[in-house]
This record gives sequence, C-alpha cells and structure tokens, in this order.
Amino acid sequence: MPDADNNKMTIIATKGSFDWAFPPFIIASTGVAMSKEVTIFFTFYGINLLLKDTSKLRVSPMGNPNMPMKMPFGPKWLQKIDFGPKIPNILWNIPFADTLVTYLMKKTMARQGVAKLEDLRSMCQEFDVKFIACEMTVGLFGYDKEDFIDGVEFAGAATYFEEAASGNHHLYM
Amino acid sequence: MADETLDASGLNCPLPILKTKKALSKMDAGKILDVISTDVGSIKDIEAFCNQTGNKLISTEEDGGKYVFTIERV
Repeated sequence: MPDADNNKMTIIATKGSFDWAFPPFIIASTGVAMSKEVTIFFTFYGINLLLKDTSKLRVSPMGNPNMPMKMPFGPKWLQKIDFGPKIPNILWNIPFADTLVTYLMKKTMARQGVAKLEDLRSMCQEFDVKFIACEMTVGLFGYDKEDFIDGVEFAGAATYFEEAASGNHHLYM
Repeated sequence: MADETLDASGLNCPLPILKTKKALSKMDAGKILDVISTDVGSIKDIEAFCNQTGNKLISTEEDGGKYVFTIERV
C-alpha cells in the first residue's frame, strides 16, 4: 500500500447542473496551484461535466428556494432586488424557466469576471488534473465515449480507491 | 523593479491565483513578478498561495481598489 502523501487530493464530483459544475473545477485547479496533485472522479450526474458540449447544462430555480436572484443589468435599484424569496417556488414550474435563469447566471458571472466553465476545465487539464469518468454511469446514461472530451480515463470505484489511497485530502461534491 | 507583470484586473477567484501560478512557472528562480488584481479576496489568497508554494511575497500595495503583489519566484 502506498504511503499517505500530503500532496495528493481527490474529489468525487456527483452533480451535473450548471451551478454545481464550478466547485470541482475551481477547487481542483486551485489545488494544483497550491502544489497538490489532483484527481477528480466523476460519477452519476457529475459525468455531464466532462461532455464535449456543456451548453445544455442548466441551473434550476425549482426546489432551490435560497437561490439569490438579482438582475445582472438594468438600473441600480432594480439590480439590488433579490427576486429569489419573492417568487413562489412552484411558479418556476413553467417552460424555459431553467433556460432563463441559466442565461441570467451566465450574464452575472461574465460581469463579475468569473471564469467560464470550459476555461476552468481546460485549465485543470493544462495543470494535469486527472479526470476519471465512472464507466458504469457512462453506460447507465447511454453515453458514448466519443461524447466526452479527450484525456478522460474511464474506470470504476476501485480505481478511485487506488487513487485516494496515496492522498489525505478527499472531497465529495 | 519587476521582471514580469501580470494584470489580473477584473478577474474573480480563483483566476488571479491560477494565472499567478502559470506566470511563475514560466519564470526562473529569483525573478520578480508583479501581480495586479482588483479581487479583494486576492489579499488573503495570494498570501496563502505564497505560504503554501514557498514563493516569497515581498510586498502588497493598494492603490484605489487595485492591489499590487510583488512576488519573488523560488
């Protein structure tokens, strides 16, 4: 068994919505900047984060009652209003609500200088973050390996454990 | 006087750190990098980055919402 090594960290990424796509890539790329060797194991909805086409990832206001919702444009007084708690959650059960809210979130992020998802992901690859996609989930959701970006390794839970054995910093997201 | 300058103005966490790491990795030991950032979180983060990676934070200056970090590459 390999010795525990302070410089290795692993992340299990399980969520595939637009908002939750950010934390694994932010923490992983920063981890490398902080001298860690990082592996991300993507499983269940998390494998969506490795698709070539991430344009279909959405953030949903449904069942997300604490999501702050402020306009990314318009007069200052309007931008200060948080519509999140003012709109009954059930009203978000309308067509294209996710599309609208995702569009607004992308606008807000661009205005605030938050990195684009694809840029963070390619930064991780440039920094040699190892991406492992759960083989079982790929089959379960009916994806082909060609749907995913280059440089992804396909393997199972046991491979995750082998990766994790040599580290001491493990996060579940 | 800095050997290289990195302007990370307008960029939000974690981009200033990632770009600093990239810039330093292209430089030789002993060279000086100035990082300009408008992200207030950089004050703590650049310090933490330097502590963790061993690079030397020589100075931090603020000028009207702009922060200039002078770092020596180890």
